[in-house]
Amino acid sequence: MFSKQRLSTVSAQDLFGYLLLGGIALLALDLIRRLVMGTLAPGTLWTLIWNGFVDSLYIGLAAIGLSMTYSILRFANFSHGDLLTVGAFGGWTVAYIIGGIGAAGFGSRLLLDADGGAQAGALGMSIVGSPLALILGLISAALITIGIALAVDRLVYKRMRRAGGIALLIASIGVALVLRYIIALIYTVDSRGIVASAPFVGPLEVHELAVVGALLDLLGVEWNIGPINLHEATLVISALVLIIGVHLLLQYTKLGKSMRAMADNRDLALITGIETERVITATWVIGAGLAGVAGYLIVLDQSQISINVGWFLLLLIFAAVILGGIGSIYGALAGALIIGLTLNVSLIWLPSDLNEVTAFTLMILVLIFKPDGLLGGVETA
Amino acid sequence: MSEETTDTDESIRWQSDLKFIAKLVAVTYVGFAVLGIVTGVSTNEVAGFLATVTFYAAVFALLALALNLHWGYTGMFNIGVVGFMAIGVYTFAVLTAAPDASPAGLGLPMIVGVIGGTIAAALAGAIIALPALRVRADYFAIITLGFSEIVRLSITSGTLRQIEVGDTVYGTGGGSGIRYPPVDGVVTWLFELIGLDPNQNVLYETVGVIGVSNSVVDRFVYALILIVFILLFYALLHRIARSPFGRVLKAIREDEVAARSLGKRTQITKIKVFMVGSALMGLGGILWLGSRSLVQPDGLMPVITFYIFVALIIGGSGSNTGSVVGAFVFAAFLWEGPRFIRTIARANLNYRSPGTIYDAFVELVALDPMPLVGYLIGSLDELRWILLGTVLIVLMIKRPEGLMGHRKEIAAATDLSRPKRGETDE
Repeated sequence: MFSKQRLSTVSAQDLFGYLLLGGIALLALDLIRRLVMGTLAPGTLWTLIWNGFVDSLYIGLAAIGLSMTYSILRFANFSHGDLLTVGAFGGWTVAYIIGGIGAAGFGSRLLLDADGGAQAGALGMSIVGSPLALILGLISAALITIGIALAVDRLVYKRMRRAGGIALLIASIGVALVLRYIIALIYTVDSRGIVASAPFVGPLEVHELAVVGALLDLLGVEWNIGPINLHEATLVISALVLIIGVHLLLQYTKLGKSMRAMADNRDLALITGIETERVITATWVIGAGLAGVAGYLIVLDQSQISINVGWFLLLLIFAAVILGGIGSIYGALAGALIIGLTLNVSLIWLPSDLNEVTAFTLMILVLIFKPDGLLGGVETA
Repeated sequence: MSEETTDTDESIRWQSDLKFIAKLVAVTYVGFAVLGIVTGVSTNEVAGFLATVTFYAAVFALLALALNLHWGYTGMFNIGVVGFMAIGVYTFAVLTAAPDASPAGLGLPMIVGVIGGTIAAALAGAIIALPALRVRADYFAIITLGFSEIVRLSITSGTLRQIEVGDTVYGTGGGSGIRYPPVDGVVTWLFELIGLDPNQNVLYETVGVIGVSNSVVDRFVYALILIVFILLFYALLHRIARSPFGRVLKAIREDEVAARSLGKRTQITKIKVFMVGSALMGLGGILWLGSRSLVQPDGLMPVITFYIFVALIIGGSGSNTGSVVGAFVFAAFLWEGPRFIRTIARANLNYRSPGTIYDAFVELVALDPMPLVGYLIGSLDELRWILLGTVLIVLMIKRPEGLMGHRKEIAAATDLSRPKRGETDE
């Protein structure tokens, strides 16, 4: 009887999976139909896919850190979103202090224009207006977030190393509230624009480039790169560099190997002489650093900052991590890509205020079909 | 034979629990009242404060009891409580709102709305329980949080804002919400039932002597009705916990595989208990949010779930009495207490509030601490959140079982760790 029940649940699960795949296939067919019929311009689709890619980059940066703390410290860290917020506020404060010297009062700059005395436009807070301040801000975002995360680890999580996943999860909710509302106490709860409007370059005349242009002319291909948003470009380049860096670190260094070993089997790692506390510190450094940078870059791209910037993203980050299967950073990146594309490509069929609903629903549906995530079971950080 | 001894134990414990809660409440209220009167807060304000504390303590207790059924008994870590509350209260609103209002409702009697909302929340629970059967506890937590956000974002979305059926425009009203007759209208009905004039009666006159306004009296009466609901919830949970069904729940919490290998149908049990808990959350949501005359998606943020969690964790998950005690402690000291202190500070301190914390510190350097005090009092809501987070962290480090978590009911019919209490054959 037991085996019969088991067989029946498996087939129901498969059926559900086929339904889900069938639904996605139908949508793909409809997409092609729209492109052929001309109701959807290829340019619009390209914009949606590009926006999805950009969204997936910052979600992915944050998701790597969340996935690492999940697999090595073995709990769902609900304060990860607020680490993004810490990075955003910390990094931009440094950028304002450096970039706005002489243009606004110290108090207004320190509190990121909380009193309306340091307008972003007047301070020229863009990647062209004050590039040095913005780059120092980016680095500070990582450093400040790492510092806060390590302090929280010493104060809270270190005392709970042997506690269960749910106890740690609840403690991390407490940490999230404390971090977010300390920020609120200092910077006020008002949401505000703190980045000057993004500078553009282009459109690039690819045909005027010597070799590439000749090649394109030879092939008879029309190809021009439209105006490039430099803030978006900064986000894309920084994120890609960091993702490749983390990949190299995990695959080719001894630290990376220790981390993967500890994610696989903590006790075995301890026996083989891996210093687990050092690995945990390294996990926080990488995870929090990426989270801080992600928070900073989101604000650069969207120009708005508020105390909820990270908290509102947290569920999307979790969705990415879970879709990919907890423990695998490549899974987290794949999950982030799915979430980013879902958020944007779903706009073809649904109104924009339902795109997050679509992403969360997709997460729940995939979990019914594959309870361990798409790349689940492969716990190699 | 051993059942009999347990029964006597239970009834003694029941009485002592009730006495303990009554004592705690009485001491707290007298403490706040004395503090208020000594510092020159008016009687009406003190009474209003106590009515608010009672109200919040009661609604948190209702929801904490419902959550205890999910988490404390069955180990299903549901952090989407507010989603079930939302479904309950929105169903209630659509069923009871006047047909000529905008957005329109069905104009049904209140009791139909309450029952309908509760059933709707139970059905939502059944749907959410399905993925729960397959995933691990922390994934389930995120699914339920995702569910509560799906509910909130859907309610807010333009698609469900206005739905035209014939000539009438129904819908959720988007961000501006739905208006409906509030549930605390039941107080007026109750007065009429016992033959009192709802506008001027002997109760108002008696309490009016010490300067307490009629609206505060109404709020106390509504809080008393909520306390009746707490007793009902408590009795229901107590009954469930002591049934064979309840033992399966506790077995699932301790070791689901073991329970299944003993032939218990854990899957169907989980769906059932999740539905019951969700229904109670829906009802709790109606009694809480439905007592205002307007419900908006802004009032349904995920943080509401954390209030309930803090209440349950303070009390100790797994213990029903703990849930009630935790809800009261949370409402009195963490939730309303800081506001009371602000009232006292406003009445007694002469301070002004600077615009930013930077200005406050600049004046602190000039040896004037009052602007900083003023800024902190002005930011009381933020401070309260910081306090809440700190309490969660400290509880998890120092006392994860909460105030009364040692009273968690064990899965076995008799405590296997103390065999002297009787035979252990089931």
